[in-house]
Amino acid sequence: MDFVFPNEVNVTWSVMIVLYPYITGLVAGAFIVSSLYHLFGRDELEPVARFSLASAFVFLLFAPLPLLIHLGHPGRSFNIMVTPNFSSAMAGFGYIYTAYLILVVLEIWFVMRSDFIQRARTPGLAGFVARAVLLFDRHEDEATRRADHKMTRVLAGIGIPLACLLHGYVGFLFGSLKANPWWSTPLMLVIFIFSAIVSGISVLIFHYFVVSWINRWKVDQACVRSLGRYLWGFMILAVSLELLELMSIAYKQTEEWEVLSELIGHRLFFSYGVLQFLIFSLIPFILLGINALVRIRDKIANAMIWTAATMLLGQVLLMRWNVVIGGQLLSKSMRGFTSYFPGIWEKEGLVTAAVVFTLPFLILYLFHRIIPLFPTVDGRAGEQRGA
Amino acid sequence: MSSEKTRALTRRDLLIGAGAGLLLVTCGPARAKRSEGEGQVTSDYDPTSHFWGYAVDTTRCIGCNACMRACRAENDVPDGYCRTWVERYRIDERGAVDVDIAKGKKLRFTPKSGAVVKAFFVPKICNHCTKSVCTQVCPVGASYQTRDGVVLVDEKRCIGCGYCVQACPYGTRFIHPVSHVASKCTLCYHRITRGLLPACVQACPREARLFGDLNDPTSKLNTILRQRRYRLLRPELGTHPKCFYLGLGSEVI
Repeated sequence: MDFVFPNEVNVTWSVMIVLYPYITGLVAGAFIVSSLYHLFGRDELEPVARFSLASAFVFLLFAPLPLLIHLGHPGRSFNIMVTPNFSSAMAGFGYIYTAYLILVVLEIWFVMRSDFIQRARTPGLAGFVARAVLLFDRHEDEATRRADHKMTRVLAGIGIPLACLLHGYVGFLFGSLKANPWWSTPLMLVIFIFSAIVSGISVLIFHYFVVSWINRWKVDQACVRSLGRYLWGFMILAVSLELLELMSIAYKQTEEWEVLSELIGHRLFFSYGVLQFLIFSLIPFILLGINALVRIRDKIANAMIWTAATMLLGQVLLMRWNVVIGGQLLSKSMRGFTSYFPGIWEKEGLVTAAVVFTLPFLILYLFHRIIPLFPTVDGRAGEQRGA
Repeated sequence: MSSEKTRALTRRDLLIGAGAGLLLVTCGPARAKRSEGEGQVTSDYDPTSHFWGYAVDTTRCIGCNACMRACRAENDVPDGYCRTWVERYRIDERGAVDVDIAKGKKLRFTPKSGAVVKAFFVPKICNHCTKSVCTQVCPVGASYQTRDGVVLVDEKRCIGCGYCVQACPYGTRFIHPVSHVASKCTLCYHRITRGLLPACVQACPREARLFGDLNDPTSKLNTILRQRRYRLLRPELGTHPKCFYLGLGSEVI
């Protein structure tokens, strides 16, 4: 088991392609949380509803960045939309991404119009930005508020299938490649959607707690408990689907299993078996399960939910790594494995990855400086600043 | 009131304009012109009258790697990558299969010891599949099939995403480390359109590699395919490869 086709010695898709589905997953997940409030009337999620929408927006802005860094010719990237090859799954990226970006921008605009109007009255750069965003129209009355609310619901309704499409499509990119037995499964699409929701809820919980601790705010207990329960449910679905997929190929004992068992049992044993499942899935499952089933003190429950959410953020990143890199370690010769470790300072190295992942948080902070994203304890938005 | 109305209309106009712009981008994708075969075709060559195929007689290959050297001399093949290669199979008494390829600048196999009950060589090359996955998945149509059945890459259009590299079941594609575009065997398109043989076929001292026109019933390739039994690589994937392997062992993937 040691022969690798000569062109497969170097892994083609780097850690940037690990980040891309990770970031789009955060977008889809965060958007779905905002829709739970705006569309499905989960009022307890109000404290994070605006923040989740803004998170979806900033992550979406940065989703193409790792792709552009990875492309051999980023200057030609627009050709995906100008001269697309419609038989390619990847050709859909430009359209799906653009449609979703427009939708999220419009929804933010309608949800936060009142806040922008309030902000537009202040002098300085932030005020000017708010006025520009409003297209210099600060008119507001009961009728406009009603219209904005109606539009929000419509957009949230369209947004859910579009969010699933955006991320399911990323899963399809991998799942449709018949040459790679580690990727080629129709379940990949569904697994990607659920893991996206898990990562989206996790990043919101993580961020909400961190911002609250920094500002010494009291978190909204009903909100975090509800998010914890949703996270538990979605992580069960996501992990179960992955395990079902694994069990299915293991039980069938096909020709592919011979090489996949080697991949799972040796090459990915630590990152897949130990880290992704044993530590980063099992512990959050137990923590969130206790939180959902047993009534425990707020402080302990919060610590458990935050720990579980942070670990699940890691779990989804590990899952993306194990899919994207794992699939490339396996040679198409089915007789060997290559190895990969991203460089630290390389163009597609770990430092670049860290910068790409940090940028959305910085933009989110700037966003918050213009329009506060968290409501105050009494439920009114826009009073607290300086996160 | 009237000024408010004007402003409201302006905003609406802007949104309509943005929507129309999006519609234009979505519904009006242009088709870029593509030159037939890297623009290297001579005027008297008619791509519609041929459909090129390739055969490898594994029973004749002696593993001299002259084909690999010829390919490197003829084409721009970067170090560490191959457009074609020769696999050496060594099977011991217990049925364990050992596979390797020639390494180093001189492209020679490393001598190995140990009992071997069966050994053979298998040249590998792009299969120029009729239903090629690489051309299916290329998002910009830079990977394409010529009318005479050769799978090529338009280097001026390739964005270097690597999707085709992942999609090819045979591992014959790679991203060129200098030009950052997908690279692969072209069947020496610049030669075959001038009536010459691909460099690897020309260089083979044992005629283990055969190149011919599948459209021509009298071609040597078609005659051999009628007379001999052959196998395709990974036929279950439905790619319909046009590289036919004669006398191929079941160990080969």
